[in-house]
Amino acid sequence: MERRDFLKQSVFASGMTLIPSFLKGMEFLSPDQLSGYKNVIIIQLSGGNDGLNTIIPISNDIYHSARPQIAKKINQTLKITDDLAFNNNLKAIKNLYDLGEVSIINNVGYPNPNRSHFRSTDIWQTASDTNQYLSTGWVGRYLDANCQLPYQAIEVDNSLSLALKGNKMNGIAVSDPNQLYRTTREPFFNTIVANTQKEMLDEDNQGYLYKTMLETYSSASYIHKTSKIYTTNTEYPQTSFAKNLKTIANFIVSGLKTRVFYSSLGGFDSHVNQLNSQDRLLKIYAEGIGALVEDLKKNDRFNDTLILTFSEFGRRVKQNGSRGTDHGAANNVIAIGGSLKKAGVYNELPNLHDLDNNGDIKYTIDFRSIYATILNNWLDVDNQSILNKDFKKLQFV
Amino acid sequence: MMISLNDKQIQHLYWRTGFGISNHELKIVRKLSKDQIIDQIFIESTKASALSMDFGILEKHPKDLSVAERKQARQLRNKKMSELNILWFKQLTTTKEVLREKVTLFFHDHFAVRLRTPRACIHLNNVIRNHALENFGDMLMEVSKSPAMLIFLNNRQNRKNSPNENFAREVMELFTLGRDNQYTETDIKEAARAFTGWNFTQNGSYIFRKNHHDYGVKTVLGKTGNFTGEDIIKILLEQKQTARFICQKLYRYFVNDIINQNHIEILTNAFYDSNYNLKTVFNLMFKSDWFYDSKNIGTKIKSPIELMVGISKPFKVEYENPKVLLYLQRRLNQMLFFPPNVAGWPGGKAWIDNSTLMLRLKLASLTLNSGVIEWQDKIDIPENPMMSQQVYQKIKSKLQKKVKTEADWDIFLSNLESKNKIALTHLIIQPELSKAANRVVSNLDENDTKNFIIELMSLPEYQLC
Repeated sequence: MERRDFLKQSVFASGMTLIPSFLKGMEFLSPDQLSGYKNVIIIQLSGGNDGLNTIIPISNDIYHSARPQIAKKINQTLKITDDLAFNNNLKAIKNLYDLGEVSIINNVGYPNPNRSHFRSTDIWQTASDTNQYLSTGWVGRYLDANCQLPYQAIEVDNSLSLALKGNKMNGIAVSDPNQLYRTTREPFFNTIVANTQKEMLDEDNQGYLYKTMLETYSSASYIHKTSKIYTTNTEYPQTSFAKNLKTIANFIVSGLKTRVFYSSLGGFDSHVNQLNSQDRLLKIYAEGIGALVEDLKKNDRFNDTLILTFSEFGRRVKQNGSRGTDHGAANNVIAIGGSLKKAGVYNELPNLHDLDNNGDIKYTIDFRSIYATILNNWLDVDNQSILNKDFKKLQFV
Repeated sequence: MMISLNDKQIQHLYWRTGFGISNHELKIVRKLSKDQIIDQIFIESTKASALSMDFGILEKHPKDLSVAERKQARQLRNKKMSELNILWFKQLTTTKEVLREKVTLFFHDHFAVRLRTPRACIHLNNVIRNHALENFGDMLMEVSKSPAMLIFLNNRQNRKNSPNENFAREVMELFTLGRDNQYTETDIKEAARAFTGWNFTQNGSYIFRKNHHDYGVKTVLGKTGNFTGEDIIKILLEQKQTARFICQKLYRYFVNDIINQNHIEILTNAFYDSNYNLKTVFNLMFKSDWFYDSKNIGTKIKSPIELMVGISKPFKVEYENPKVLLYLQRRLNQMLFFPPNVAGWPGGKAWIDNSTLMLRLKLASLTLNSGVIEWQDKIDIPENPMMSQQVYQKIKSKLQKKVKTEADWDIFLSNLESKNKIALTHLIIQPELSKAANRVVSNLDENDTKNFIIELMSLPEYQLC
């Protein structure tokens, strides 16, 4: 169904008032429909997470000699293989790994890597080449091509990342469904929306403003109402990251018709004394994910969920002069889910003998191959129209 | 050719060349002819008032700093970046040189640089301001040689035998010819060689480092020679495509998102023939009849800065804690001095998503009336689960507590010529009201003038100019 037709049908079906018809026409997924409704949760570790101290090549001499003060000792790690180990703050992830629910993809990056946070984040979010400036994100283009409603991609945050911006449609940014709902309760705005009619929703800028306003109202109302269906009793850590994951779990288990969730955890820019700061953040990450997975399992939704964790770049192999690391290039990506096709260590470990001119890890898997795999194998849509190119599909889902 | 302008057209001219017009100014310029008004706008911008601030220890040579001072310098840089942002915002709302500031804002986006080095940023901003109504070629040359640009696009790392193509690529793709226009990857590689050696000294003045320069023969855009960076800029300016690309961008910014090819050709010819005189091209643009076509009036989505300055200016708004300006800019996705990347802000519809739109609609009431939009519900909508005004007002959002301001309503209200509903609507709102807005406005109470104005400024139509 065309989006505009949808708006016509559901917004205006009952005459001039907007909100009531939305409430009437609103549907959520019933428990039997829920099964098989796949979704993906994307987590960005912002600031450039040091992948080498996250998933550690513990037997590699170069790793230890390049990082005399910040290399992890074997007793600070959790063994994966003889050569590889998790940072011991990733206990929850290690537990999932042992259950066959984690796939570690090494050396993910792109040609001619950019080492600016902002630029590299843009590249990851828009799925562009390094010299290409796109104003739409890959999730936004997924919405454009495959979805009818903006809330099919939700960012749990106060503002919307470029990743979720499309040409025709944007995703919805919501940190707290009640708060989003409240912003739409302003009586004056409500009256404007109630008076809005379909012929005003032209393609011009004025029509676009009204259309976005309507979509915000319908989404806020839908998310508010639907997310009340389920409130988790799983215990989450007291961090804002875990709180966001809890919101996502509530959305998923309540049967929100959302395909893509987006969230981030910041602070990984570890130029100085990185051991403490990174360990603390990895713990926040792992404990949050642990609670989320437990929640989804309890509610039988984990088999339909894929959690992808990435960072805009990895860090330099060699430590710097302040017990930290500088901006690097290729990095590991973690895929977690109840229906992985290939769990474990997906590909070869980083080759520390063969670094690029900056002393950074070279990429062997283009990050867009991961997107292509998710779009194609998990969300069952044509990835080429979204990524503008054909990337090799991987086999982790 | 139109000789005079009606009020709507004058407002249009002032929104596009600045941040709107007060009723007081409107009363005065209404008596002038179109050409007189435009000439006056240029005359008011004759001067260029540079931004200036004290940088403390950042002015010192880094080598002369103690360890403690170095740490302090890092924090000071961040602090000064915030102050710089607020300083410019203040200048935008209070300046008499309105057109010059508006054009500076345009080129701040065109020559987008995102750095945490306040001295380099203020310098670049002042360079742009100085040339804003003069010669684009001169501006391009000085911008290219500014520390900010040399740092941001890595030209300091661009050396003989180890070229860095970043600047050479962007100068063609974003600053002159436009993406995929008339140049090749080879042109970029060759041009990068010509820019080798461009650098700056510790005190921030440009220096040509001979040892780093590649003196070999280069071929760029079909020309061959022992080119320097200056030669490449000259070659780029010789391409008429450069004039066309700049005029297209100016048109999108000052006239309409949707380009009219005929108008572009007229502007391009004038720009190119005047050797890139910006005043010439602006003068032609603002004096053309098509600039005032109804399809160009009230159709542009205000940038966050246009919106914020437009609200603050007529009320001489004072912010109790000016840092809230940074917060609002961030939430609305336009932080001065922090464009997302070298391509600048995407603009237009890209300003709008669910979170930015709701904040934008709320901004006038937040800034001018402690977040309150009075609303007496006269329309009977039985099914509407609206909160009553009273209940709503009790929920003071965090935002309302944050945005504390003083707005000079007395001066605004005393300058109004008419408090009649139609007159006020025309003064505040540029586009024609939508049917929804029309119905809402027809039910509003105009006797409470202050509240009626807040309501008008809370309509989606106020987001357009």
